[in-house]
Amino acid sequence: MTESTKSLSSAAKVQRFRRFLSAPTLTFLIIVTQIPFAFALYYSFRNWNLNRPVEVDWIGWRNYTRIVENSEFWPIIWNTFVLSISVVVITFVLGMMFALLLNRPFRGRALARTLLISPFLVMPVVTAVLWKNVLLDANSGLFNWALESIGLPQVNWLAQYAMVSVIATVSWQWTPFVMLILLAGLQSLPESTMEAAGLDGANGWKLFRYIILPHLRSFIEIALLMEVLFILNIFGQIFVMTSGGPGIRSTNLPFEIYKVAFLEFNVSRAAAYGVLAVIFANIIMLFFLRILRDQNQLTVEA
Amino acid sequence: MNRKTRDHLLNAVTLLLSFIMFFPIFWMVLSSFKRAEEGLTPNLFFTPTLANWQGALLGSDFLGFLGNTALITGLSTLVALLLGVPAAYAMAFYPTKRTDSSMLWVMSTRMLPPVGIIVPLFVIFRDLDLLDTHLGMIIVYTGMNVPLVIWMVRSFMLEVPFEIIEAARMDGVTLWQEVRNLVLPLIVPGLAATALLCFIFAWNEFFFAFNLTTIDASPLSVYISSFKTDEGFFWAQLSAASTATILPVLIAGWVAQKQLVTGLTMGAVK
Repeated sequence: MTESTKSLSSAAKVQRFRRFLSAPTLTFLIIVTQIPFAFALYYSFRNWNLNRPVEVDWIGWRNYTRIVENSEFWPIIWNTFVLSISVVVITFVLGMMFALLLNRPFRGRALARTLLISPFLVMPVVTAVLWKNVLLDANSGLFNWALESIGLPQVNWLAQYAMVSVIATVSWQWTPFVMLILLAGLQSLPESTMEAAGLDGANGWKLFRYIILPHLRSFIEIALLMEVLFILNIFGQIFVMTSGGPGIRSTNLPFEIYKVAFLEFNVSRAAAYGVLAVIFANIIMLFFLRILRDQNQLTVEA
Repeated sequence: MNRKTRDHLLNAVTLLLSFIMFFPIFWMVLSSFKRAEEGLTPNLFFTPTLANWQGALLGSDFLGFLGNTALITGLSTLVALLLGVPAAYAMAFYPTKRTDSSMLWVMSTRMLPPVGIIVPLFVIFRDLDLLDTHLGMIIVYTGMNVPLVIWMVRSFMLEVPFEIIEAARMDGVTLWQEVRNLVLPLIVPGLAATALLCFIFAWNEFFFAFNLTTIDASPLSVYISSFKTDEGFFWAQLSAASTATILPVLIAGWVAQKQLVTGLTMGAVK
């Protein structure tokens, strides 16, 4: 064997070993995510309630049909939808506004930016406790204090406007997320493009509509789709603020699954519900991945 | 109105709005220094007291929950890095035809709704005696953060100039030397940001913690949520506990501001 083929074969061995470095990690990921999901699928076709652990048998699609036929199913889907869409719209408007305001050099910008990202860093459960007690409380909340001081009647926010309260709280928390991504997008816009458009006589609105918005398109898509994927999983805020009530007026899919699994102990029904949630999330994820593939990477020079 | 006045006005509005957004947090911190009976009153001027902090941190189980949070968060972040970095290395420097689809699959596991696996996870943990254990929570949070580590660290590794690595390989460096002396020093800032994000996500997590622990391994998120029914006059003390709970993450987030976007979008936006 000549010198060169020998080193080649050992190089091939090195390459194979180094490529193999991802195998343990990917195996771990399969064990902690795919195997539980396979179990969820399996349970979803069985009849298993932890209250009566004896009789377990195959019942086909019955868990799924029971879920869809339940009179609470569509209201819960609707709540989940309303929560996601409302938060997306509110955070988009506010996030865009803040991103545009922050995309100008001025003294105090670092401070403004630091203050603005803070809501996103607060533990969601603390956010819920904070909004519930400080802002929304019927007796001592600041919102009612403000209403009273201008002579308006007080509102029992969490009872009368449960969903609106949750939407406001979650929007406060997620506005910084949208703002940060749009700000990254704005900062990747070449100055020369803006200057050229300015010289052509484009004013504020035209600049925004025909230069900034098209440039931001993929940033907006990524921000909003990712946001939806996370908002679909909102649980802590609802648990703390409203417990899904009054009635089921603020119950979303995760909260319903929690109730079925851990308050009714209906393992199979909850598993089937979980499978539905995964299907919903996957539909949104497909759009997300398509954008990512078209876009490859949106790199911004800092 | 001339351009300069308009700019000054916009700056003032920006600062004002950012103070409004921050106000609930500010108010909570303020309340933690008020006397218990004025906890929820909207007054700005008061004699500050440390009694709430003392009561919240020392006169309760706070420290135990803090210990759980620190242990679970710290170890899960460490293990996620130990598992994620080698995988990121392999996928950055030795890509195959399937690497792109593997990366997308990795991302999809991060976006899997927790409710999709909570029931089997609970049953499996019950059968393996992992319910309410630190080990169980570390496994869950490691699984939650590994995809983030792979995506972020790989994107940082792809920025390392390949010529440097090629030249070193010509000189016959070992894998360990290559990683230790060439790759890691160049991605240290990115690695630090990745660790901070794992820390933030694990620290703030509630859903898994709430359903998979009862008391022994419960983190602070579960502890705070237990006050959801308490009214009014506990607020001052709860403010102190809440402020202490969010402070580490607030600081971590402020420090990692620049890399926050990369982390939040799994490296899709840099």
